[in-house]
Amino acid sequence: MARIASENLIPFLLNVLRGRGYTCIGPTVRDGAIVYEEIRSEQDLPIGFTDEQDGGTYRLKKRDDEARFGYTVGPQSWKQYLFPPSTLLMQAQRTSDGFLAQAHTEQVPAYAFIGVRACDLNAIAIQDRTFLKGPYVDPTYKARREAAFIVVVNCGQAGRTCFCVSMETGPLAKSGYDLALTEILEDGRHEFLVEVGSERGDAVAREFPTRPANDDDGNAAQRMVDRAVAQMGRKMDTAGIKDLLYRNMDHPRWEDVAARCLSCANCTMVCPTCFCSTVEDVTDLTGDHTERWRRWDSCFTASHSYVHGGSVRPTTLSRYRQWMTHKLATWIDQFDTSGCVGCGRCITWCPVGIDITEEVRAIQETDRGKGH
Amino acid sequence: MEKDIEALLTEHAFFKRMPAPYLALVAGCGKNVRFAAGQLLARTGDPANEFFALRHGRVTIELHSAERGPLILQTVEAGDLAGWSWLFPPHYWKFDVRALDEVRAISFDGECLRGKCERDSAMGYDFMKRFARVFMERLEAARLQLLDIYGNIPR
Amino acid sequence: MEISLAEPMLTVPFRVRKNRKETSDTRTLELAKPDGSAAPAWQPGQFMMLYVFGAGEIPISVSGDPAKRETLIHTVRAVGDVSSAICQAKPGSAIGVRGPFGSAWPVDRFEEQDIVLVAGGIGLAPLRPVLWTLMANRRRYGRVSLLVGARTPDILLYRSEMYRWRKRDIDVRVTVDAAAPGCQGSVGPVTTLIPRTEFDASHAAAFIVGPEIMMRFVVRALAQRGIPTDRLFVSMERNMKCALGFCGHCQLGPTFICKDGPVLSYAQLEPWLAIRNA
Repeated sequence: MARIASENLIPFLLNVLRGRGYTCIGPTVRDGAIVYEEIRSEQDLPIGFTDEQDGGTYRLKKRDDEARFGYTVGPQSWKQYLFPPSTLLMQAQRTSDGFLAQAHTEQVPAYAFIGVRACDLNAIAIQDRTFLKGPYVDPTYKARREAAFIVVVNCGQAGRTCFCVSMETGPLAKSGYDLALTEILEDGRHEFLVEVGSERGDAVAREFPTRPANDDDGNAAQRMVDRAVAQMGRKMDTAGIKDLLYRNMDHPRWEDVAARCLSCANCTMVCPTCFCSTVEDVTDLTGDHTERWRRWDSCFTASHSYVHGGSVRPTTLSRYRQWMTHKLATWIDQFDTSGCVGCGRCITWCPVGIDITEEVRAIQETDRGKGH
Repeated sequence: MEKDIEALLTEHAFFKRMPAPYLALVAGCGKNVRFAAGQLLARTGDPANEFFALRHGRVTIELHSAERGPLILQTVEAGDLAGWSWLFPPHYWKFDVRALDEVRAISFDGECLRGKCERDSAMGYDFMKRFARVFMERLEAARLQLLDIYGNIPR
Repeated sequence: MEISLAEPMLTVPFRVRKNRKETSDTRTLELAKPDGSAAPAWQPGQFMMLYVFGAGEIPISVSGDPAKRETLIHTVRAVGDVSSAICQAKPGSAIGVRGPFGSAWPVDRFEEQDIVLVAGGIGLAPLRPVLWTLMANRRRYGRVSLLVGARTPDILLYRSEMYRWRKRDIDVRVTVDAAAPGCQGSVGPVTTLIPRTEFDASHAAAFIVGPEIMMRFVVRALAQRGIPTDRLFVSMERNMKCALGFCGHCQLGPTFICKDGPVLSYAQLEPWLAIRNA
């Protein structure tokens, strides 16, 4: 049963969540971008800001209203909190007859994610399959994931690099959240539609003032979402995409994109589902203490595929192809879902504006395997 | 004696499924030979007018080097052939062929067989196809050896 | 709530009991738990992540007898920093162990069939546990052949054990790429041993380990003899960091070599191995 909260919802929400021990993480402006950091008050939000995105372009612009969530997505995703860029796993020290190794323990942070977009919510569900549903479970991800309180904010607009509609991951979040908000902002009206998605979401919602939503409210919220659908900047036809890419591994388009790709790894850093990491055993200067760290890695690095003698993927072509075919094709065989949620970050943050939707279209139009 | 050779050829892998009339022709150029382990079947530089279909035992293909002694290039197993310098001039053995074990083989007279292939081109074609396969397999094997795959990774 | 982050990334120190030289760059280590308790159970084909304090961690196949649980046997070739450090580990020193990981050779699937084992170079190390399993149950299998290829005779592994394998009715044949003068063995790539190997292709399986080039030629030769590619199994190698299917380094197409492999059927791998730099 949906409810309506006034435009002053956020301070109430932050208080309630903080009172329950959550560290609130939400959008804030820093260094000319909207990033996800700890939010202490409503003033930390990017009030009245929007983003303009395109291939290789990102700018913040002022809006002519006081929207709290009037942007799409920034360079960061929630993976940096569930799957941190650097994680200490183990410490070892030299002893007289060998070494002692201890697992590193930490207090699990309880995060409340404020402003999770539908695409990013899907990305979390996709990473759940990697870290929780295989033969091994990642303890860091599991603990943080179970503790995380998710407040979705549905999109009321879309950017030029968005294509969540094509990937069927948005703009409306359907389930998997604790609370979902839709910011209704039209004709002088500024309110939030509040939907409850879980028991603990319900408990939190009861602690701030709301009134029941009526049909008019429902329609208003729907108009916000419809606007996002209408503004989708990109499209991807995903019908048969796995087999399309499997039969076009030698397509000349790969050479074309390889000539443009800088192998800079930006796309993998901003992608909310990329999960590659590396393990580093580092020693201190005395040589008596070592630490084992897990750090984010990227399949675009030359050493990613190194076996003794050389890298299996020594060319930019092979690495770009690996990234794209993993994201859109082999991911499906591995995890029963596409790896792409249509958030558009890889397009926006590629320094040369390589567009994954355009690459797919180019291969579709000259499909080598057609008719086979 | 020829009949015996023909029967032996039907058991030899190189002549598998060769039509009977051709087998009879080929057998006419063949005779049974035997070598003790360590004995040379052929010597570098000697006139090459024969080749061997190995029936039992292995031979090594070697090159003699003064400082290093015999350099073994490859061993050839029973069921295979040794010797191809009889095919094209100059008919001289380029390598040594040495029995590694006790070897029983059929030795074929090169001139006899070359003549028969010229006169009966259908038989000649069948025979050459078989020989071409031997070349292909030897070349493939030599290439693999060249790559030194167990040593450093080939670049 | 306090949680341990490291399981299953925590390495457990084992003591080096023995370090035996096999060839100029290869050693066999025997590892035991310091408290004398049994090592974790493992199956032929699986690997452990071995750790040298201060150097790092690498995947190494277990190459001992799976029925013997007191110690772990690993044959290691020194090709990089960590493997060299492992080869230099003195008896009494500590090596960290994590595992076992990966898929096993499907030996029990082929009871009453002929088994062809083909090992190139250090590839004999991950196959040796299969030999123990086959010897312990010899009557359950048909003809068993072991074809071994190596660079030169002096770097053949486990030479002294080959007579024991032959005694248990395993046809062991060896060939080298380059021989010393006066060598009494076969010379030539391991593919040349295949024509004279006896097996019933419709009731046979093959397990193949060696450099990728060698595996491809061997697979082709065995397939030409009639063994279908879904009964040809290889052990694949890729960059591995976590061995848990998380870090993504070991992927070949959709396959994670660490958890879907390293033992895989060639039928499954073939389309991906056909793509260059996949």
